[in-house]
Amino acid sequence: MTLDKNKHADFYKSMLRIRRFEETAIEAFSAGKIPGFIHSYIGEEAIASGVCGALEPGDLITGTHRGHGHCLAKGMRMDRMMAELYGKATGYNKGKGGSMHISDFSCGVLGCNGIVAGGIGLATGAAWGNQLQGNSRVVACFFGDGAMNRGSFHEAVNMASIWSLPVVYVVEANGWGISFSTRNAINLVDLSERAKAYGIPGVSVDGYDVMAVYEAAKAAIERARRGEGPSMVVCNAPRMRGHEEGDPQTYRPKDDIDKAKKNDPIKRYSEFLVAQSILSKDELKAIKQQVEEEVAQAIKFADESPYPNPEEALQDLFVEEK
Amino acid sequence: MREITYAQAINEALREEMKRDQRVITLGEDIGGIGGNFGVTKGLQEEFGSQRVRDTPISEDAIVGLSLGAALVGMRPVAEIMFSTFLGCCMEEIVNQVTAIRYMSGGQCTIPMVIRTANSLGRSGAAQHSGRAEALIMHIPGIKVVIPATPYDAKGLLKTAIRDPNPVIFFEHAMAYYGVKGEVPEEEYTIPFGVADVKRQGKDLTIVAYSLMVRKALEAAEILAKDGINVEVIDPRTLVPLDMDTIIKSVKKTHRVIVASEECETAGVCAEISYRIVEAAFDELDAPIQRVATADVPVPFSPPLEKYMMAKTEDIVKAAKKLMA
Ligand SMILES: Cc1ncc(C[n+]2csc(CCOP(=O)(O)OP(=O)(O)O)c2C)c(N)n1
Repeated sequence: MTLDKNKHADFYKSMLRIRRFEETAIEAFSAGKIPGFIHSYIGEEAIASGVCGALEPGDLITGTHRGHGHCLAKGMRMDRMMAELYGKATGYNKGKGGSMHISDFSCGVLGCNGIVAGGIGLATGAAWGNQLQGNSRVVACFFGDGAMNRGSFHEAVNMASIWSLPVVYVVEANGWGISFSTRNAINLVDLSERAKAYGIPGVSVDGYDVMAVYEAAKAAIERARRGEGPSMVVCNAPRMRGHEEGDPQTYRPKDDIDKAKKNDPIKRYSEFLVAQSILSKDELKAIKQQVEEEVAQAIKFADESPYPNPEEALQDLFVEEK
Repeated sequence: MREITYAQAINEALREEMKRDQRVITLGEDIGGIGGNFGVTKGLQEEFGSQRVRDTPISEDAIVGLSLGAALVGMRPVAEIMFSTFLGCCMEEIVNQVTAIRYMSGGQCTIPMVIRTANSLGRSGAAQHSGRAEALIMHIPGIKVVIPATPYDAKGLLKTAIRDPNPVIFFEHAMAYYGVKGEVPEEEYTIPFGVADVKRQGKDLTIVAYSLMVRKALEAAEILAKDGINVEVIDPRTLVPLDMDTIIKSVKKTHRVIVASEECETAGVCAEISYRIVEAAFDELDAPIQRVATADVPVPFSPPLEKYMMAKTEDIVKAAKKLMA
């Protein structure tokens, strides 16, 4: 597939936004400014960027505990995301969600989810609602390879298949579920073979390669939009960091980590763009500059924003009637 | 006025709301072909089609999860979970998704969905088909809990549940579907949440009871009347929100209270209501509040065993005599 220069620039920017957001959040976390935990999306930037690059603005997504990348790629603002990570009143969720549960319904982000496989049922249900309403919206549902062993995955994927729902299941196969390797958790080399059992198409792609992800996602999304039902896209992207910040990864062979880092998807992609004369070094630098400004602004915004009023803890449970 | 069964009342509520609002859809196991395990949704698929009345595979987690997603994009799903014991198979969706998503989002979304399910103590269902799960759900912030005793209440409250912009769980009772009949007007009506109903007026003793225990409380009241004890029976009808005002008003009149439920004794609805009475009207009580509930064991199969452990009319009578002594 040949992509135009703008598409490449968008991908590069999207991936870099995620990388720089995560690096900056990790710094703020280490400095004690961010409560809770951070599961960084570093190394998986190509997945969300490639998939969201193939979605239309009205389409919907669900994310995971490792969800900052999903939100950014779908178009959410860095400043309000960072403020949410800080627990500030100006955050997307007014400080009620935090890193694992950011959402922006107006942007089509039905929420990240702290329960492994927790978004699969609701993503599938949103696709069902869209189908009933006769609109052409597609839902992209992100989850990790570890989530494939939850019962919710099985029930929802089967339901999507029998009802031909417009949903694309994007498996982010980073090879690990905390400390347990996927090799030991699933007795398959190619995870996309699981799709066969549900009677839906499944493909596996290099999850470090944004173009490969885009191409596979585009085919799956178009198929869903034509009303032909769900698909599964498995994106293999070895985890570059620990499960969460502070994880020493004692369970993992060092060369496995080194190998992942050597293949850094952003480094690979930028080298490719320059070598193929798609974007010049100066053009990449200009994009980098924009991203740096956005990140600096996001941190400033989060630092300066107020915490919510404590009494707000009791609000937003039910829709107030009348 | 005409009399219809509890099952028929629920069927009418669903039919009327599906007619009234195109966004109302219903899904569950066997609900189309045979009208559900208890025949409650009979005829709906013929009338509204298999898109809006959707048979699902045996997938409780997905039934609730998909309802949530459909609600988030503007539909009004009514999910049927055949027995309330099967809530165990979709508890994750209820505990961590349906009740949490709106709050966690800072109020960005609305979740207008209903989960209908059947309690079923008293029909030799043994431990896995004799559910009473209202306290389990009541403990989770973010979902309204409705539990009607009569056909009239079931119809009016289900219509309100379907129109509510929040998640609602609606506990029916398998013993009531065809075992309880009552007057239901032909004309349309709804019943607001959080308004208890005085099922019997009295002055000596208040019995707070809901679901099938209302019938047992009324039976006990008749027996006690023969001894000159004049019993008031109050049915809260919804546990979230809970109308304590009506209960407290009655306590101030009678000064003696029994709280009755089919649930296990420990950490149940009785405990919650008792606490709220003590909190609001301690000085009004002439005797300790009595609790009539079911023994803290999984429900046994054999009829004499089940009868022994469950809350019965006799237990209410016994508690009343103790209170009046
Ligand atoms: C239902 C559930 N079980 C366990 C956890 C704890 N947990 C959080 S992340 C995680 C690993 C998930 O692995 P995977 O789905 O592959 O995602 P990854 O973290 O690798 O991106 C686990 C076990 C959880 N959050 N939810």
